Parts: sequence; C-alpha cells; structure tokens
Amino acid sequence: MRTKAHLSPWAPTLFLALGVYLLVFLAERFGLMTPYWYQVIQLAAITAISSLGLNLIYGFNGQFSLGHIGFYAIGAYSSALITKDLAANWSGTRIGPLAWMIAGQVGVLVVLFVARALRLGTVRARLAGGLANYLKPYEAGVLVLLVTLALVSIALAAGVFAAWGLQKVLAAIFQVFLSLPQGIARSVVFLIALLTGGALAALVAYLIGLPLLRLSSDYFGIATLGFSVMIYTALQNSDQVIPTMKGARGMVGIPTWTTWTWVFGALFIVVFIMRQLVHSSYGRAIISVREDEIAAKTMGIDVAQLKATAFAMGGFFAGIAGGLYAHLFGFLHPSTFNFIKGFDPLIIVVFGGLGSMTGTILASAIFALLIEGLRVLLPRGFEDWRFVIYPIILLLIMLLRQQGLLGTTEWGWLRAPLPPERDIPTPDRAAQARVEEQEA
Amino acid sequence: MNNSFAKRLLRVLAWVIYAALGVGIIWGVISLVRLNGPVFFVQAIVDGIRLGFVYALVALGYTMVYGIVRLINFAHGDVFMVGAFTSFYAITHYQWGFVPAILLSMAVCSFLNIIIERVAYKPLREAPRIAALITAVGVSFFLEYFTALKWVFGPDFITYNRPFEVVVWDIGGVLISNITVIIAVVATLLLLGLQYVVFRTKIGKAMRATALDKPTARLMGINVDSTISLTFALGAALAGAAGVLYAIAYPQIWTFMGIMPGLKAFVAAVLGGIGNLFGAFVGALLMGSIDVLVVSFVPTGSRLRDLIAFLVLIAVFLIKPAGIFGKAEIEKV
Amino acid sequence: MSANLRAVAEYDSNRILDIRRLSIAFGGLRAVSDFDLTVPEGGLYGLIGPNGAGKTTVFNMITGLYQPTEGDILFMGRSLVGLPPHTITQMGVARTFQNIRLFPNLTVLDNVRIAYHTHVGYSLAEAISRLGRFRHQERLLTERAQDFLAVFGLQDRQLEIAKNLPYGEQRRLEIARALATEPRLLLLDEPAAGMNPAEVESLMELIHFIRDRFKLTILLIEHQMRVVMGICEWITVMDFGQVIARGTARDIQNDERVIEAYLGKRTGRGI
Repeated sequence: MRTKAHLSPWAPTLFLALGVYLLVFLAERFGLMTPYWYQVIQLAAITAISSLGLNLIYGFNGQFSLGHIGFYAIGAYSSALITKDLAANWSGTRIGPLAWMIAGQVGVLVVLFVARALRLGTVRARLAGGLANYLKPYEAGVLVLLVTLALVSIALAAGVFAAWGLQKVLAAIFQVFLSLPQGIARSVVFLIALLTGGALAALVAYLIGLPLLRLSSDYFGIATLGFSVMIYTALQNSDQVIPTMKGARGMVGIPTWTTWTWVFGALFIVVFIMRQLVHSSYGRAIISVREDEIAAKTMGIDVAQLKATAFAMGGFFAGIAGGLYAHLFGFLHPSTFNFIKGFDPLIIVVFGGLGSMTGTILASAIFALLIEGLRVLLPRGFEDWRFVIYPIILLLIMLLRQQGLLGTTEWGWLRAPLPPERDIPTPDRAAQARVEEQEA
Repeated sequence: MNNSFAKRLLRVLAWVIYAALGVGIIWGVISLVRLNGPVFFVQAIVDGIRLGFVYALVALGYTMVYGIVRLINFAHGDVFMVGAFTSFYAITHYQWGFVPAILLSMAVCSFLNIIIERVAYKPLREAPRIAALITAVGVSFFLEYFTALKWVFGPDFITYNRPFEVVVWDIGGVLISNITVIIAVVATLLLLGLQYVVFRTKIGKAMRATALDKPTARLMGINVDSTISLTFALGAALAGAAGVLYAIAYPQIWTFMGIMPGLKAFVAAVLGGIGNLFGAFVGALLMGSIDVLVVSFVPTGSRLRDLIAFLVLIAVFLIKPAGIFGKAEIEKV
Repeated sequence: MSANLRAVAEYDSNRILDIRRLSIAFGGLRAVSDFDLTVPEGGLYGLIGPNGAGKTTVFNMITGLYQPTEGDILFMGRSLVGLPPHTITQMGVARTFQNIRLFPNLTVLDNVRIAYHTHVGYSLAEAISRLGRFRHQERLLTERAQDFLAVFGLQDRQLEIAKNLPYGEQRRLEIARALATEPRLLLLDEPAAGMNPAEVESLMELIHFIRDRFKLTILLIEHQMRVVMGICEWITVMDFGQVIARGTARDIQNDERVIEAYLGKRTGRGI
C-alpha cells in the first residue's frame, strides 16, 4: 500500500543524526576538540533530553510545570548512588542501594495496585454519598478519612512486604554482576542505574501528579515549583539520611562513565519514543488535553489519568538526563538543582517552541552554546552579563515572538506523517455500498 | 429505628474523632510551650508576627495584582529587594533619616513597578496567561542578576546599617526591641492606609471594579489601564516598605534576598485566599509565625523553613485551593 | 470496558433519559431547581428559555461537568450522577457546546480521530514501537474518520487546522466529532447560534438526517424559534432554573407564562 515514489521520510533525518554523532565522536577521538567543548556538547544533548521531557508535559500536554528540575535531580542522585556503591565495592557485596531502589519502586507500584484493587476511589465515593444522607459534611468527611486511612494502611503493608521480599531476591541476582568482566559489567550497571533513576523520577512524578494535576495552570506551576524547592531542601539535608549523598557539601566520587555515545544514544531513543508517541492516538489525546480539557473529557478521554501519564513520562526523560549528567562530571552539588536553574528547561522549551520537538533540540544546542559562547566572547570581567542577557532574550521572545523559534513546526522525520492517499467515498456511494453489502 | 440508631452511632463516632484531634492539638501546643518554657514560646510568636507583618505588606501586593490581572507577579519579591537597597544607599551614603528613606524606597519601587508593568506586562494582557507568567519570571531574573553586577549593587552580602540605635525591652522575659515596635507601627499604618484607599476612595472603587469585571469597568468609564498601573504601584510601594522593614530586622541584604520572602508571601496570599485582602493579611501572619516557630523549635529548622512553607502551599492546594477566605472559582462552561 | 458500561438491565425505551427533581446550587444561588424531563428513545426534544435560565447548566449536569446537589439523572436505566464526564461519554452521551469547543490547533481529521481514542485498538507500547496492531488499527481509524467526515461534507477539509474553518463548518465539525463517539444521546447546545437563515435550514435538515441515520435521541437547546418550532417534537421551557411549561410547539407558542418569560408581562396595551 505504500508508494515507493520517494525516499522514506526517515532516511534524511537518520543520516543527519548519524552525521552529527560521527562528527563529534571523531572530533573528540582525534583530539580536534578540547575536553571542555566535548563536555559542553554532551551537556547540550543532556539538556535536550530533559527539555524534551518538559516539552511533553507543557508543550504537548499543556501542564505548566516549574518543577522539572526536581526530577532531573532525582535521576541524578539515585543513579549516582547505584554506580558509586557498586563500582567502589567491585569485589564486595554492596548491592544494597540498587536492590532497594528497584524493590522500593515495585513496592510503591504494589501499593497503588492494591489500592486500586480495593477500589479505594469507589469505596470513598459510595461511603461519602451514603453518609451524606445521615450526617453533616464535616462529620461524614472525618469518617471517610478514617476508612481511607485503614485501606491505605493495608495497601502500604502489602507494598512494604512485597518490597522487602523482592529486595532479597534482587540482591541475589545482582551478585552475578560482580562476576562479569569489568567492561561489560560497567555498561550493564550504568544502563540499569540510568533506567532506575529515570523510573524513580517517573514514579515520583506520577504520585505527585495525581493530586496536583487537578489544579489550574497558575497554581500547578507554583505547586511544582514548591516540589522542586522541597527536593532541593531534601538534597541539602540528605547527609542526615544517606551519608554518601553528603548533603550540601556535594556528592563526589561518581564514576565518570558518560560519553558522547551514551548521551547521543539516549537522546536518539528519547526522540524516537516521543515522535512515535506524539504521532499516534495517544499523542493526539495528550495534545487534545492541552487544546481544550473540557472538550477532551466530553470526548471520553480520561484526562486525569492521561495528564499523570504524560507527567510521568516527562519525568522519566528528566531522570535519564539527570543520570547522564551525574556521570559526566563525577560530582553533584545541590546548588545545581535549585529552582532558579529549574527555569532553564522552561526557557529552552519556550524559546524553541512549545509543542515542537525539533525546536527543543535546536534551542538546547543554542542555549548551551550561548551560555558557554558568551563566556568566551564577553570580555573579561563581563562574564556575569550572561545572566542578564539571557532573561532579556526571554523577555524579547515573549514580547515579540511568543511561539518561539519554530512554533509547533517540526522538521524531517519528526513531522506528522500525512494520512495515506485514498479515494474517500462520498456519502451516496458509501450508502450504496452498504446497501449492496446487505443484499449480498 | 435501625436507621436512626446507626445515624446516631456514626455521629458519635465522628465527634469522638474530632474530640481526639482537638485534644491532640491542644496537647501538642502545650508540650510545645513547655518544651522550652512559655517565655520562649511567646518570644517565637512575637517574632513570628513581626515577620508576618512584613510578609503581609508583600502578600497584599501579590493578591491585589492577581485580583486585577490574574498574574502571579514573580518579580514582586525583587521589588522588595530594590526597596531594601534603595533605603540602604539613602541611609548609608546620603545620611537620610529613617522615615524619608522608607518614603523614598516606596516611591522608587512604585515607579519601578509601573515601568515593568507598562513594558513587560501590558503588551501581554490579551495573550495566554502563561506568556505573562514567563515574562514575570524573566523580569525577576533580570532584576536579580542586573543588580548583582559589580557596578550596580554587586553580588555580595551587604550589612545594613540601621539608622537608629537598637533598644531592647524586657517584658516578663520576652525581649521586644524597638525594631519590633517600628515594624508593627509602620506596617499597621500602611495597612490602614491601604484599607482606606481600597475601600473608601473612588480610586479604590475603580480597582475593585476592575478586578471584578474588566470590560464592564471600562464601559462604566473607568480608565482600566491607569487603574491597573496604580494597583501595581500601590503593591510595589508596600513591598518597598516591607523591604526596608525586613532589612532592619535582618540586616543582611543581597540581590537575591527577595526570592524566598517573596515566595512565602505568595504562599501567604494563596493561604488566605488569593484576591482577598484580609485573607492575605491573615495568611501572612500565619506564614510568619510558622516560619519562626519552625526555626525555633525544630532542630534543623533553619534549613527546613522553605520546605515547610511549600508544604503549607501544597496542603492548601489539596484541601481548599481557594484558601481560607477565598471563594472557589467556577469555570463557565 | 465500554461494552460493560453499555450492557444494562432492561430500561424503558420511553425513558432513555430520565431526569428527576434535578437541582444545583452555587453557593447561595439556586441555578436549577426541581428539573424534570423524560425523553423517549429516538425523540427530538427541545429545551428553551431566556438567557440564564439554567439550560446549559442542566446539560453540564447530564454530562458530569457539574455535580447536582439534588435529584437524579438516569440514562438507559443507569444513574449518571457522580460519574466522571469521560465515563458518561463512553456510556453513550455526547454533546456540543454553546461556544464551539473544537481543538483549535489540530486538523479537522485529528479532531475526529480523537473520538476513537477510547477504543483505539492498540496499546501505548505498540504505538511507540510501531509493531503489532499499530499500523493496521491506525489505518482503520483514519479511514473511519475520513468516511465519517465525508458524511458531513468535510472530507476535503481534513488537513485544515480547525480554527481556520469558517464558522458554519466549525459547527458542523463539532457535531460530527460528537457523533464520532457513537452516542445514543446527543445534546446540542445552541447549534444554530450565529448562523444565517440558509445555514439554519441546512442545520435543521442535518439534525433530522443524523437522528435517523445514527438512530439517536436528541435534546437541543436553542434560541432560534424557527429551529425549535420546526423540528422539536416536544419542548420544555425553563426560566430562573425551573420548568415553567412543556408541550408541543403549538402549546408553547400560546402559553402565557412562556410569553411572559421572554417578553415580560403583558401591559394590556396589546403586543
């Protein structure tokens, strides 16, 4: 059914991507690029991954999230905990953090699953409805709360039990990693660490998303901002709970396993996933929530669930990006994740164009190059002007070209595919065909 | 018969739970007071309310602007900062007195906010709200980083010289300084002044009308643009004064000082019911008290202050987004 | 899941929609009080009244956007009260809005394709990997949407951005989109608003056509009396949140209370 009249749409984009990859890879290999710029380019790509996550949440789904950096931080620190402990104790048996992190997430999922199985929502609604006939609202409310707490405790108990059991099993499995040759083991562990960090960020996103996504956009923005401040405060005081994280002094000694290949690979996969998602029915549903939430509800779409899912996916991408970041420089400091830095992904997404994946990628590149480039370009003593220039640019964009660089346009393969050519039967013929069908 | 019995049983159960909660709260407060002695507790409350007054001045600006243009003015906290710095330069370099310095700060901040409104917010009045919000963020950053440049205010912490001697009175163990008195007096005067302007003058009526229904206000002959600018100016004047008062109480100023107080004042406005002036005042007193209580009683309190403030915000959003005195806005479908 | 929602115990087909004593209060304001209405299957009923009478509020309660404070709404024998809007739609109730609520930046085709999302035929994983049922189901979905557009004469506009369509076609698209969810009950909120007489004529034809073709029950809010008197089999009149009259077009036209509601009290000097 596909016409072969022209080159498949993905070919030029794929060649471009490969070209970019090889260019940077070879430049670094043959010493044509200073380590500084090598890091800047990787950072640009990492920023792109995180910003694509925010674009999914805000550009495509319309939810004004200011807390994106919180997920970035979660991904960074959790993946670092895994690799640090595992790498440092190569001959030892410290598989604790990895096993617990995975088991813990599964435990949370068990809690959610049990809560759903207990039909928590329906029970609450029925109870509230039933009691409303007997009692005043505030009386009924407190009783409903009691029942809710009871059910939630059951779910929590199930989750804790599941997590504890799973942790033991995983710990045994991970022993195997200690026996693999170092090179392979390193890659496997890094991959698992990144994915776990991303998954944890996604889970947190889903959990806070469920209650917060009900809020109107202004309030949602402030609430998510609050979330990122809370993560920041937690990180600053983290040494009380997990000594390795060293709190405000910064976590050091993280193996620097991030390379251009890893970063580019992650970016490629993230772009692939997003593009396929956006140009499918799920993507259309996500966008419809942005366009008109009430109309979407009236079309049968479970808006609350969809928003939470999109939020979780965006968080996942941010978590992966965070993991890559942690292993780029080898140390993490909470100040990297303060909420002021949290506006960076927002600025990039707006600058590139809300709802344009291509725009986000371009903007990330420009942004990284701009900040670093200005550092080089500006005369000595004027480096601080960078931070004055960049809000001015933001203001100019908002005042002059709100849609950003690309608006909602996409390039190459990222563009929406046209529906296949076909002869659409006009009503008479369709009715005719139906009549013929019935007679047959 | 069965039904009414069940009904009574459930009623009793509900009230038992409330009673238990009540007892728990009272016990909690009593243990808190007994923890370090009643004097310590009262001191914390006094300092908390003092901070609350400062927050109130800032919160009112947020709530008035939100009420009239539905914008969360992120840059409001930075106007607060400019107020503090203006008075610093007036006092330290030009030997101005305290009252002239506050008035100067108020004037400078009003002027600044009017410019910001005209340049950055007015063009976006018909644009989607997010555009204005992002712009507000941009203005905020710009103010912070521009003033942090070496030849403006500089990036370092500056110690603020109070233009008067500090006097402390000991009232039954509780220390009250003239700082507290000054803050209370100035804040109360300004709040009463605002109350008068908003509720007893024609200009105030115009502000309230515009906040309720902009197109109709315009049709009634109200100059909506001027009214909006005036609202921004008024809010900024209060914030500027608040900056000075804050600097007097906590005499370390830097160009990023406005961020946290600004956000906390915003939480206060939301807590009290955004758009509601009295709510902003009450919310601010609560936020100030919570802030100081946390620092005083929780061991690592000073590091947790910001976190607690946002927890309050999240709690408000989850329980009653309209705030204590706010009315839920019903979207017209 | 939709099958489960639609499979219902016996319901009286004379009462596919059964609203009883419906009331809602916003704070102190009673927007609707004691609203009753039964609609038989296949009926084309009208709901009229002056502005602010509460008609759209009734629609909002039926579709789950507002929660009534009293009363019940039964659709095909099942209560809709307390259900979220998307569930109600999946059960077979669709609506259009007074101020058209299309997805403005999406194409005409995409606006309709969204209607098929609830029974999309492929999972998220299949969508991302493009394996499994994705290609086939997406093609089917697209073809169905295109055929559907053709019924409404919009197939040539399929790639146009919805907000760029002329007003009349936007209205038609909104109706088409609502119908794509395969409802049993269609609520139309002022479909003729802003239309010229010729457009109104073709709208009336369209409404008759879709009622017969799609085997619908239609409840319609409208201000243009030509439409109401022309196509509605039975009319309910509201004012100040309450029902003030019911009947056929002829009954309503001569009802004192209705005339008073729209025109004010007769002063005795003749109209």
